Amino acid sequence: MAGLVMYPEDERLTGGNRTAFDLYIVSAVALFVLMMLIGVTMRLSQATWIEVPPDLFYKFLSMHGAGMVGTMGMVTVAVMWFFLRKYVRLHLWAFVTNFVLFLLGALCIIASIFIGGYGALWTFLFPLPTDGMGMWSPHTAALFMLGYLLIGVGNLIFYLDAAAAIIKVHGNLGRALGLQWLFGGTIDPNHPKAVVASTMVIIANSLGILAGAVVLVMSLVNIFYPEVRLDALLVKNLIYWFGHMYINATIYMGAIAVYELLPRYTGKPYPISRPFLWSWAVSTVFVIVVFPHHLLMDYAQPRWLAIMGQIVSWGAGFPVFLVTMYGALTNVYRSGIRWTMPSRLLILSMFGWAAGIIPAILDGTIRINVLMHNTQWVPGHFHFYILLGVLAMVLALMYHEIGARAHLPPNSGTDRLGFPIYLVGGLIFVFAFLDAGRLSVPRRMAQHLEAWTSTDRIGAVGAVLVLLAMLYFAIRIASGLLLGGKASGGTGATHASG
Amino acid sequence: MIPQDEFWMIALAGMGLVAAGFLHVLAQAGKTADEAESSKSQHTAHVLRRWLFVLLLAVFITGSWATLHHFPIPRQNQALEAKQVVSASGRLWSWQIEPATVQAHSPVEFQVTSIDVNHGFAIYSPEGRIVVQTQAMPGYTNRILHTFDQPGTYTVRCLEYCGIGHVPMTAEINVVASRGD
Repeated sequence: MAGLVMYPEDERLTGGNRTAFDLYIVSAVALFVLMMLIGVTMRLSQATWIEVPPDLFYKFLSMHGAGMVGTMGMVTVAVMWFFLRKYVRLHLWAFVTNFVLFLLGALCIIASIFIGGYGALWTFLFPLPTDGMGMWSPHTAALFMLGYLLIGVGNLIFYLDAAAAIIKVHGNLGRALGLQWLFGGTIDPNHPKAVVASTMVIIANSLGILAGAVVLVMSLVNIFYPEVRLDALLVKNLIYWFGHMYINATIYMGAIAVYELLPRYTGKPYPISRPFLWSWAVSTVFVIVVFPHHLLMDYAQPRWLAIMGQIVSWGAGFPVFLVTMYGALTNVYRSGIRWTMPSRLLILSMFGWAAGIIPAILDGTIRINVLMHNTQWVPGHFHFYILLGVLAMVLALMYHEIGARAHLPPNSGTDRLGFPIYLVGGLIFVFAFLDAGRLSVPRRMAQHLEAWTSTDRIGAVGAVLVLLAMLYFAIRIASGLLLGGKASGGTGATHASG
Repeated sequence: MIPQDEFWMIALAGMGLVAAGFLHVLAQAGKTADEAESSKSQHTAHVLRRWLFVLLLAVFITGSWATLHHFPIPRQNQALEAKQVVSASGRLWSWQIEPATVQAHSPVEFQVTSIDVNHGFAIYSPEGRIVVQTQAMPGYTNRILHTFDQPGTYTVRCLEYCGIGHVPMTAEINVVASRGD
């Protein structure tokens, strides 16, 4: 069980561990600012406040989508590594290899977009990458795909190292998930939630990345041997299997920060329980089979796949509401919580995840998807739980680590100003998307009708606020890590409630 | 109320409930409970969670039944027996729709496909809201069965990004009053 010591000794970062962690975090916050800048530019253009030519807009959209998801994948690996290394022996080389391959992959993606002109978005739906109509060449698309492959290989190396380490301690992945306690028996109170969540991510996301590898290789074969034609529906299934799992894995890796840190700030134990184990066991299956909800408008799909997509989308609400959100709120209730930046961000992350999943579940309903699919309802719900959910989890750990190095939970006046700007800006930003979805405004369009620009303008204002807050967070976190104390942790006497 | 507004209200109600739950807990978060109070609130939390589970289960079962028992997508492997049949084919970056005029209050079968990349076939009402959509995918034909309830000029927009000409890829469908109207 995660303890209540604010900065435990076994979390102390020194030497290579510290350098690697700092590289991850500083790169991530810099990339988040850059990707947000691109996002703001697109919203300002849709609002007709600035003019971005369509070819550049779609390059920006390709960069923003691939860049944000890739960066979130990279930084949530750092969250998982930070906590999991306390319970099993992870190898630093695997963690660093993931980072190096991420950088190489990112370079391929950036070059393909801004040098090669690639603009077929993160989805690379067959056969658009080979049909750039003069905007990009098939070889440019191949470079983009190579970037994905490098990032995926890095992830798999990290997951394999983590899987081996977990199996060494717990015997097998099933026992690490706690399956032996689902129907009875006395649960080991010291079984770490971080191990349960990490195991789920290893199983699910490895499958997703393998699906991604298969479809990337298929697409590359098609690029170099065009006579090998692909089945567009099969390709789309594999892409969304991979894409859905990849972004969902970031939520589950980020959630480890909530399980580990929240009890330290509330001063209340956050024990493992049977509902918790059920929740993660069920989520492991759900996240693997839920992807058909992305293909509800592909009527040629077998009917049972569409039904499964809806049923599982709805079912995914159970673990989120009954265990994660409810458990966190129970932990906070009458705890005398110490309000600092990490604790504010942890609570925000739970709210962002739980509230954002509601429009997502609605969109996963076939009847509703007929009217909302590929409208701005979709970026509305995923920005809700990514921006206000996962990013808040990640920022909470970053702020917590700053506190570890300064031996004091961070809570400056500027922090207290930055947080509401981020929250209010984020809410304006996502609700503008959702309202635009209600008005049937399509997503992924460089130019908007005059009738659509009112929500674009509101959304753009929210986006600017988020960018300003994130810029501040990035500077604060980077300086806190690079200029902070010599070593983190080690102030084990500093307890939560103070 | 049009369906999109209904979905919006459901979403707002759901998110509002979540927000209310958070605000209630946060209003109490600054207070510290003693051991007896903690034990009592823990017991209450367990009871409430059981009820929340029952509530969610009821919503899950009734919602699934209500939204799926009349499956919203027509069978794709058999004739839909609509008197009006329209073929719609997407290509970079235009639509070929035959015929482009149909009658209101009578089911129309749309046979939608693409001859190059993936497109999205979305029909917008004269008021600018989506009334129905499907994907236009190379190698596949997706069949929509839709009955227009009012005459007017409907706009077809591509809703799956397909390159630089994605935005202007539009077409019109004229829905005229049926002979009996």
